Amino acid sequence: MRFDLQFISNWVKPNSRILDLGCGNGDLLQTLNSDLGAQGIGIEIDAEHITSCVAKGVNVLEQDLNNGLGNFQDNSFDVVIMAHSLQTLSAPHLVIDEMLRIGTQCIVTFPNFGHWRCRLHLSLQGRMPVSKFMPHHWFDTPNIHFCTVSDFEALCREKGITIIDSAVVDNNASQGFLGKLLPNLFGVTAVYHMSR
Amino acid sequence: MPLDERSVGIVAVQTQHFDRPLALASGRTLDQYDLVYETYGELNSDRSNAVLICHALSGHHHAAGYHHADDHRAGWWNEYIGPGKPIDSDHFFIVSVNNIGGCHGSTGPKSINPDTGRAWQRDFPLLRCRDWVDSQLELMKVLGIEQWAAIVGGSLGGMQAMRWALEYPDKLRNCIVIASALKLTAQNIAFNEVARQAISSDPHFHDGYYLDHGTIPKNGLRLARMVGHITYLSEDGMGKKFGRELKSGSFTLGRNEDVEFQIESYLRHQGEVFSTSFDANTYILMTKALDYFDLAREYGDDPVAAFQHASCNFLVLSFTTDWRFAPERSQEIVAALVAAKKSVSYGEIEASFGHDAFLIPNQRYEQLFGAYMQRIAAEFKEGVSNAL
Repeated sequence: MRFDLQFISNWVKPNSRILDLGCGNGDLLQTLNSDLGAQGIGIEIDAEHITSCVAKGVNVLEQDLNNGLGNFQDNSFDVVIMAHSLQTLSAPHLVIDEMLRIGTQCIVTFPNFGHWRCRLHLSLQGRMPVSKFMPHHWFDTPNIHFCTVSDFEALCREKGITIIDSAVVDNNASQGFLGKLLPNLFGVTAVYHMSR
Repeated sequence: MPLDERSVGIVAVQTQHFDRPLALASGRTLDQYDLVYETYGELNSDRSNAVLICHALSGHHHAAGYHHADDHRAGWWNEYIGPGKPIDSDHFFIVSVNNIGGCHGSTGPKSINPDTGRAWQRDFPLLRCRDWVDSQLELMKVLGIEQWAAIVGGSLGGMQAMRWALEYPDKLRNCIVIASALKLTAQNIAFNEVARQAISSDPHFHDGYYLDHGTIPKNGLRLARMVGHITYLSEDGMGKKFGRELKSGSFTLGRNEDVEFQIESYLRHQGEVFSTSFDANTYILMTKALDYFDLAREYGDDPVAAFQHASCNFLVLSFTTDWRFAPERSQEIVAALVAAKKSVSYGEIEASFGHDAFLIPNQRYEQLFGAYMQRIAAEFKEGVSNAL
């Protein structure tokens, strides 16, 4: 399992009702369903991912997050998860509002653009970083709203969102000493557990 | 019959007679009735692999395969029922029934009313979706099926599948609702009314007693079907299929001749075939059942409250260019199911053929539908191996 997803498993209480925005091939929900007795529903737009979910018995709805989540009632889920989709949305701040309206708690993971490699790349080469974790060129990337750990926390403060827990993990999938000390510099992937 | 490994082959029509009166939603009763049906595949030993197919407005029991070796016209859902197809006859025992009120063998307006000795015609009782469900339940009992692995229906068939899920929640494990709706929109009812007016204003209709007069309201039926066909296709799909191609004539200057566009020829042909094979009173009866259907009416007009009564899993599918049963209608079903905390998956299939898309080959549709059905098959196979 992708390492940020392990944090998610730790934060989810057994038997939770979960909405997973951008659920991909349904691996996370399948794990949460089988290990924690969760009742998960995924949202996805990719046709092959949707078929994969259905094939493994994960409930999935074909829906574009950019068209809103107005079809979900207030407080209708225990946890709303969005793993690695934040940076692809046309209005990420509005989707976060929606997540907190629909779910009691939210979990968001995103690639940290404040990582030292990004900074170094930009400062030395003067060009947008392209790496294993950010493999796209600026002109054809789905990642239209990159942010840093500090940016994200500033947005949470502005919105009065409570951060229950957070972590960053590095390339080796571990939460190292440096990441704990200076997450915005050493975190590759950020994971946030939030509530209203 | 074309050679096709993925066909159920030659199928036989079966008839079941029922003597036990069927109480209808209208308050009237059908004292006795016949249901004609077909089956594909084999019922397994613990009777856990049965799938019911509910047909749409002009459908019938002949959903797959051929009736004889020289038969060139396969059943209406042949693309999706058969070995290796989404509803796989190697795994499932598939039951496809012609609804009462129909005109393909089950008791309907053309049948003899035992009280009068004459054909029912327009005196056949008004039907609601639940009447079909209740009659299908009677057939289920005769076939010795305790629970359907799935009930599948497109359009009006999807409405029956949903009604099953609310009326008899313990009788099905999966409900597959394709290109359907919780209720018809005003626009949809309007199209049905145009079709009914076309039929009833035909002088050969004789107020619905045309059989007594030895006539058939062919022109009315033809028009009704032509209007229907326009609404079942999309502008884009019609453009792709027919464009402005000519069937006959030309626009050459200096020539005073009529031209016939391909689309005109197609609609005339469809209308002609339909007018000689479908019963006008059945058409009126079926469109009214469609118009009157409102899944949530008796639940305080609250679809969430309605779906609280269901206990099966749902798969809902829609097609992007379907404007008769638009994706938004399916999304309403899905939103209510989610709010009712039911298990549901939803796919919106990219397709250019409008409402008709649910009958037409489409790779993505087949894959998604097939994946869901295989999952169901895997469950009852696990069940069998666990039991052993």
